[in-house]
Amino acid sequence: MWQELRAELYPKLEIVTVALDARGATAARPWIEKAEPQHPSLIDEAHVLDRLGVVNVPTGIWIDESGTIVRPPETAYPRRPSFKDREVPADATPIERERIELTRKLNVDAERYVAALRDWVAKGPSSRYALSPDEVVRRSRPRPVEEATADAHFALGHELHTMGERDLAIEHFREAQRLHPTNWTYRRDAWAIAGPDYATIYGTTWLDDVKREGAENYYPRLEL
Amino acid sequence: MIFRSSRVSAAELERATGWELKPEGLCHGERCVRFAVRSPDAIDLADVAQALGMPLVVEPRAGLRALGPEAGGKALATAVLPDIELPDLEGRMFRLSSFRGQKVLLVAWASW
Repeated sequence: MWQELRAELYPKLEIVTVALDARGATAARPWIEKAEPQHPSLIDEAHVLDRLGVVNVPTGIWIDESGTIVRPPETAYPRRPSFKDREVPADATPIERERIELTRKLNVDAERYVAALRDWVAKGPSSRYALSPDEVVRRSRPRPVEEATADAHFALGHELHTMGERDLAIEHFREAQRLHPTNWTYRRDAWAIAGPDYATIYGTTWLDDVKREGAENYYPRLEL
Repeated sequence: MIFRSSRVSAAELERATGWELKPEGLCHGERCVRFAVRSPDAIDLADVAQALGMPLVVEPRAGLRALGPEAGGKALATAVLPDIELPDLEGRMFRLSSFRGQKVLLVAWASW
């Protein structure tokens, strides 16, 4: 997905992709091999990046030459995703129709995001999009005790899943979702592990959850 | 951060959390939190959790414990990127600090 932009901006900018997949390389491999990326493509089974404030994908973080974050996590699409323009087929079921209409409403502003990225790559610290360290911290997500506890439950869920303790893992994944309901990486990765029965196991669906939280909150509005 | 015992050595604690046991307490970079310990080979995780404001979740049925990140502040306490180390598809480990000297766009994505 990022190859084209990487080809344009490398070596002034390196792109490093990180797959938040508790199932590890098994889940991420087909996608990475198909993309044949020239850039490093890493795997984050335990969602270490969530600790920086990542709650959904795709999310971008800008890091300057000194290892300082100059933009905290924010929604990052390299181009306008096809779901923004998808038409509802005439034979769509009511649920398909609802899903297509809802995904069209998600906040994605790829054009502005990529323009800002190009500006930073060209101008460095004098780019208006490169934020000061104080502003990066100010804009980063608050971490109340519930969300910090959700992190520990997700880590336990992942570890238990790896150990083959399926039922115990589900208990902790559920608790992570309850404590941090707006972290979509916890939900969707646990659902992917659960497979087709995920709605029965977790008692909800993506559509139900997006409707509950509000489509406008799925991806926070880009504040450049 | 997963632990298999209620007590850890100072070295293990530092490896897992980045917090180092020093005479002045537990330190991370320039920040130190007062912390008294009887034996650096057997630090009680519950004491660490309390001192650092990190939630500790215990799963007795599997003998596991998980320490969450510090609560109450921001996800980014500073703008300095923590030195995260992650594998690629072949299991080769990459430290994000190895990209110093270059601008980096770090992109989180997923197969799901």
